[in-house]
Amino acid sequence: MKKTLFDKVWDSHVVSSVENGPDILYIDKHLIHEVTSPQAFSVLEEKEIPLFRPNQIVATADHNVPTENQHLPIQDALSRKQVTQLSKNCDKYGVTLYGLGHPYQGIVHVIGPELGVTQPGMTMVCGDSHTSTHGAFGTIAFGIGTSQVAQVFASQCVLVAKPKSMRVTVSGNLHPSVQPKDIILYVISKLGTDSGTGHFVEFAGTAFEQMSMEGRMTVCNMSIEMGARGGMIAPDQTTFDYVSGREFAPKDEALKQKIAYWKTLPTDEGAAFDSEHHFDAADIRPMITYGTNPGMGIKIGETIPTSDDASFIKSLNYMGLKAGSNLLNMPISHVFIGSCTNSRIEDFRAAANYVTGKQKSPDVSALIVPGSQQVAKQIVAEGLDKVFESAGFMLRQPGCSACLAMNDDKIPAGAYCVSTSNRNFEGRQGQGARTLLASPVTAAAAAVAGKIVDVSQQ
Amino acid sequence: MEKFQILESAMVPLTIENVDTDQIIPARFLKATDRKGFGENLFRDWRFTNDNQPKKDFILHDTQYSGAILVAGNNFGCGSSREHAAWALADYGFRVVVSSFFADIFKGNALNNGILPIQVSPQELQEVFTAIESNPSIQAKVDLETQQFRIDESGIIISFEINAYKKMCMLNGYDDIDYLLSQKEAITAFEQNRS
Repeated sequence: MKKTLFDKVWDSHVVSSVENGPDILYIDKHLIHEVTSPQAFSVLEEKEIPLFRPNQIVATADHNVPTENQHLPIQDALSRKQVTQLSKNCDKYGVTLYGLGHPYQGIVHVIGPELGVTQPGMTMVCGDSHTSTHGAFGTIAFGIGTSQVAQVFASQCVLVAKPKSMRVTVSGNLHPSVQPKDIILYVISKLGTDSGTGHFVEFAGTAFEQMSMEGRMTVCNMSIEMGARGGMIAPDQTTFDYVSGREFAPKDEALKQKIAYWKTLPTDEGAAFDSEHHFDAADIRPMITYGTNPGMGIKIGETIPTSDDASFIKSLNYMGLKAGSNLLNMPISHVFIGSCTNSRIEDFRAAANYVTGKQKSPDVSALIVPGSQQVAKQIVAEGLDKVFESAGFMLRQPGCSACLAMNDDKIPAGAYCVSTSNRNFEGRQGQGARTLLASPVTAAAAAVAGKIVDVSQQ
Repeated sequence: MEKFQILESAMVPLTIENVDTDQIIPARFLKATDRKGFGENLFRDWRFTNDNQPKKDFILHDTQYSGAILVAGNNFGCGSSREHAAWALADYGFRVVVSSFFADIFKGNALNNGILPIQVSPQELQEVFTAIESNPSIQAKVDLETQQFRIDESGIIISFEINAYKKMCMLNGYDDIDYLLSQKEAITAFEQNRS
């Protein structure tokens, strides 16, 4: 029988199926962080059961951490307690922790791939919806709730019904100004935020084949924003080259054997998907969102659509924007380049490339937050820190930062922020903050101009 | 987990669509290390102003609506995987959420915390909203065994779907973790076979 990439990886991880119920899916790697794990460790305590496979877990602190003065104790007492609790739990149960101050610390979805923990053909989970990021490697990776984190602690498995499959194909010639972020924002704007619910999505076609691993991670990261459990991209030479040589990747003969296996994973010619969507890459231009869900996106320069739907009107009221109006040249006061969506070295190279020789607008506060200590180090090694600093951008230490208003980095009420993060929900970046999602280049351009600009016209 | 069999209750209508888990419980309230007390901050930024004054026009402040059933607009629970959203709803007192569509992770989290997500058609959802509008204290009856959601006063009878395994868990108050622990041998054998 012809199988999809998703089928191949899923089927090889099913321990058994509950009668009239879900599958018992074996999990290769489990990533944890400070926010969604404490109550799961408590379940082990309450039930007096051991952690089944501590060696398959990697922990880091990212959501709650400050992005300045990380060598000092965390100021916020509750955040400090949660991060301390993670250290205590990892210590007690023998889990590897890359905590604050460790050279491998960073956003959980940045460090997994860069350390070679993430590999093609694996199953991975994390108590975080953006676990879908790891699908860029041809991995089944999805976010779970804390009860499921506890289940994986106890059994290295989750109970989950096999999702349906969807393929989104984007082929053709991309406009040179178009970034991976623009492609996924375009797809979500066309299909909607609930289009992927109950599905795993495979992204196929030349747009993704020609993309770097960093770009593929950006795309798969946001597959949850179309409601999908996860996204996947077939592993190819780009994938193998990225994985080879990384800290925890297989080496030498073991790597050769793995690559031979990974080459068998792509979807068989003629395999069936439950649904398919096709887009012409040439139609895509730099995108920006105008509303309070990631599906409310337009090409920069297009006008905001009109609708009499109450939720749509509520959304525009929150954003302080008018249906039928245009975002081009609209002043903004904040720019955030970071988050698990766009905080890898390539994102900062693209932003720095735009910023070189330019100055940030005096009316804009612009934050650059690397996804990991390793990315931060690379930024310095390539001299990008000098570019950002001389242009007036603030370069911070790694963490989730202003993506979710959980740490000290927040956007003030009413302020417009062009953000490379993944969610423009009400209050996501701070109570009353107004988020406009875009690519790192569009964000950098907004910081320089102090307003929204269309980089495809420059 | 608490058992769920039959529930009779009035309903709270939240007509907004795409309610994401950041609205159900904002990230700044996720700093606890236990599961208690999240109900206090349920829908925090819709319920209260930035200086903690009640926003009187929000539905949870409207005293004519009460009960353990939340009826919500399409695509409820999208966004973050935070189970704190389910904990907040449960802690506030909700045992059932009715919507025309639920996000996957939220649905799983709800079921793992004894909250029954009932998916109805968009038309049925509208009928339920209309019934509540005509009588804010109108009673609904949820019977998990027969998979029925009824509002007798309005003649609404809706059969809903639920996975047979999950239904068994909810009726009996079983947790997935206990089931998985009973499968340890099979899991270990699976590990050995692949290596």
